Amino acid sequence: MSDWLSQVLATLAAILLGVAGIAGLFLGLDSLVGLLPQRLQPRVRPWAYIGPALLILGFYLVYPTLNTLYLSFLDARSERFVGLQNYLWTLTSPEMHVAFRNNLLWIVLMTTFSVGLGLIIAVLVDRVRYEPIAKSVIFLPVAISFVGASVIWRFVYAYKPANVPQIGLLNAAIVALGGRPIGWLVDTAVNNFALIAVGVWLQTGFCMVILSAALKAIPREILEAARVDGASEWRIFWQITVPMISSTIAVVATTVVINALKAFDIVFVMTNGTRGTEVIANRMYKEMFSFLNFGRASAIAVILLLAIVPVMAANIRRFQAQEEMR
Amino acid sequence: MSRRIVGFSLTALTVIGLLLAGCAPQTVTVTVPVEKPVQVTVPVTVPVTVAAPKGAVTVLGVWGGSEFEAFAAAVEPFTKETGIGMAFETSREQATVLVTRVQAGNPPDIAILPQPGLLVDLAKMGALVPLENIVDMDQLKKDYAQAWIDLGSYDGHLYGIWFKGALKSLVWYNPRAFQEKGYPVPTTWDEMIALSDRIVADGGTPWCIGLESGAASGWPGTDWIEDIMLRTAGPEVYDQWVNHEIPWTDPAVKRAWELFGQIARNEKYVWGGTTGVLSTNFGDSPRPLFDTPPGCYMHRQASFITGFFPEGVKAGEDYDVFAFPSIDPKWGVPALGAGDVVVMLNDTPEARAFIQYLATPTPHEIWAARGGFLSPHRGVDLKAYPDDLTRKQAQILASAEVFRFDGSDLMPAAVGAGSFWTGVMDYVGGKDLDAVLQAIEKSAQDAYK
Repeated sequence: MSDWLSQVLATLAAILLGVAGIAGLFLGLDSLVGLLPQRLQPRVRPWAYIGPALLILGFYLVYPTLNTLYLSFLDARSERFVGLQNYLWTLTSPEMHVAFRNNLLWIVLMTTFSVGLGLIIAVLVDRVRYEPIAKSVIFLPVAISFVGASVIWRFVYAYKPANVPQIGLLNAAIVALGGRPIGWLVDTAVNNFALIAVGVWLQTGFCMVILSAALKAIPREILEAARVDGASEWRIFWQITVPMISSTIAVVATTVVINALKAFDIVFVMTNGTRGTEVIANRMYKEMFSFLNFGRASAIAVILLLAIVPVMAANIRRFQAQEEMR
Repeated sequence: MSRRIVGFSLTALTVIGLLLAGCAPQTVTVTVPVEKPVQVTVPVTVPVTVAAPKGAVTVLGVWGGSEFEAFAAAVEPFTKETGIGMAFETSREQATVLVTRVQAGNPPDIAILPQPGLLVDLAKMGALVPLENIVDMDQLKKDYAQAWIDLGSYDGHLYGIWFKGALKSLVWYNPRAFQEKGYPVPTTWDEMIALSDRIVADGGTPWCIGLESGAASGWPGTDWIEDIMLRTAGPEVYDQWVNHEIPWTDPAVKRAWELFGQIARNEKYVWGGTTGVLSTNFGDSPRPLFDTPPGCYMHRQASFITGFFPEGVKAGEDYDVFAFPSIDPKWGVPALGAGDVVVMLNDTPEARAFIQYLATPTPHEIWAARGGFLSPHRGVDLKAYPDDLTRKQAQILASAEVFRFDGSDLMPAAVGAGSFWTGVMDYVGGKDLDAVLQAIEKSAQDAYK
C-alpha cells in the first residue's frame, strides 16, 4: 500500500516538476534573450523557444537514425564492417520474403477495410439520432492499447478440440451452429486475416471519427442543391461527398498505411510470426533482441524507414497543398 | 538580484529538476508484455533504498509468482545473517531487458539466466565477472558434476553457478486410469507406441501435447526431438548436432523428427488433433490427464510441469511419472535437462556474498522443501524434497551417467530460439520435413559462423 502511495506521489511530483520545469526553462531562456542587444532579440528569440525541442528531437530521433544506418553496415556485434551483406540477407532470406508479403497484405487489407468501414459508418451514422452513442461504441477500441487488444482477441480466437467446451467466442459460435472449431491463429489459410482483423477493429474508429468530421464540413447548400436537382443518394455519395472529402480520406489512408507498415504488437503478442505470420517489424525485434544480430536488425529498420518515407512525404506534401489553398 | 542571475538560476533549477525527475523513482517495476503487468516489489527484509543498512543486491530473473516466493524464502537466511537485502526484478523478456541494460551501463548485480546460451553471449560481450576467485573451486567441484561446471564456463573461466535444475526426460501419466484399463507402463519406445495404439483402439487419446507458449511457441517440441535424438543417435552425435558439426539434413536428425512426428502428427494420437497441439498452451496441455474419463493418458514434459497441474491433485495417486523410454538399447535411458544459472554482472562485496551463499546447499534445500524444484547440487540432502516422486527425479538428475543440457538452449538463439521453434510449428502443421530441415539448416549455416 505504501509502495502504491509512494508511486502515486512520485508520479504527481514528476508531473509537477515537469510542467513547472518546462515553464521555468522557457521563462529563463526568455529572460536570457532579454539580456541581448535589442536588435538581435527578434532573431534569437524563436531559437530559444524551439531550441529545446530541436535538441531533444535531434538526440532521440536524428542521432539514433544515423546510428542505425551506421550499424546496418556492421556485423552482428557491430565489430566488423560487412558492406551490404545485411541488406543482401534482408532482401533474399525466405523469412523476410514472408514478412514482405504479409506487410503487403496488411497494407492492402487493413487500409481498405479500416478506411472503407470508417467511411461507411461515418456516412450512415450521420443520418441517425443516436449518432453520438453509435460513434462512441465504434471509437472505443481506439482507446485500447494494441497489446491489450491482442490479449482480448487471443481469447476470441481461442481453440479447443471439438469434443470439449469452447472458450473462444468465435469457435463457440461456430460449434453452436454445428461447425467444427478452427485454429484461427495456427491455420495458415486464415491466421494472417485473423491478425489483420484485429488491426481493422482497432483502426476503424479512428478513421470514422476523422472522416465524420470532414463530412460535417461539407456545406449543406451543395447537398441540398443536388437533392433539388434530383440526384440519388448513391450519386451524391460518389460525386459530391467522396470528392469533397478526398483529401481527408487520403490523409487517413496514409496514416493507416504507415500503421500497417509498422505492424508489430498484434503479431508479437498473438503468434510471434509463427505459421507464416511474420511481419517486418517483428522480424526486426527478433533479430535485435532474441538473436542479438544488431547489423541485420538495423538493416531491416533502415528498409522499413525507406518504405515509410515516400508515404510520409506524400502526406506532408498534401498537407502543405491544403494549407496553401486556405 | 539582476535579471541575468534570475534567468540563469531558473534554467539551472530546471535542469536539476529534470535530472531529479529522471532518476528519482528507484522502484522495482517491470512490465511484462502479453500478460498482465507484473509488479514485483520485493523487500525480502530490507526495502530497496540506497541507504539500506548493508546495501542490497539487485537481481534480474524470470521467476514470478510461486517461483519467486520460493526463491525469496531461500534468500531469507542470507539477509538475516548478513543484513544484505535483495531487490528482485522479474521479466519474461529477460534477454531483452538484460542486453539493453548492459549496453546502457546499468546492469543488475546478479542475473539468473534460464539458458547457458545467454551466459555465453554475455561473457562474449565482457559483461560477466569470472567467479574462480569468488567461490571455493575445490568445494564446487565436489558439489557439482563436471557437466554442470562446464555448462557454467566459457573460454576457460567459470561464470555461472547452477541453482535450479529441471529433468526433461519424463512422461507423466494418470496411474488410476492406467490401472482401471490395465495399461502397463512402457519401458521401450515400441511398447509405448503399442500402448498408444491400444488406447486408440479402446476409444481414447493417448497423448497430450501443447506447443503454444506465446513468443516462445514451439519449444516443447524441441525437447521431444532432443530426447529422441539422445536415444537414437547417442550423446556424441547429439553434441555434434548441437554444435552444428552435422547438418540438420543429416539422417540421424531426420530420424528423430520422424519419430516425433509419428506421435505429434498423428491426429488419432493427440488430444485435439494437430490443431490442438499447435493451439494449446504448454501449461494447460496436461490438464486433460485429470479429466474423467481422461482426455489423454500420457504427457511428456519436464519436472516443472507439476506446478501447472490443477489444484489438489496428489503425487503418486493422481499422477505418476516414468522415464522417457529407451529407443535404441545401445543408448539406454539418458537424461535431458535444463536449469537456471546465476551470473554476476557487478563485482560488489554484496554480490560476492550472495553468489557464495547460493553455492551452499542451504538455499537449495529451502526451495526443495517447497516443491517444484530440483537441484543439481550434490550436497543437497535428498530428505529435503517433499515426496518420493520428486526425490526420484532429483536422484536421476544429480546422478545421471549420461546427462545432456537442453540442446536448443545451447544453440545460437537464431536457431535454438528461432528457426528450431518455428520449424517444429511448421512440421506439426503439416509442412514437408525436408523443407523444414533445409530451412533450419540455412539459418544454422548462417548463425554458427
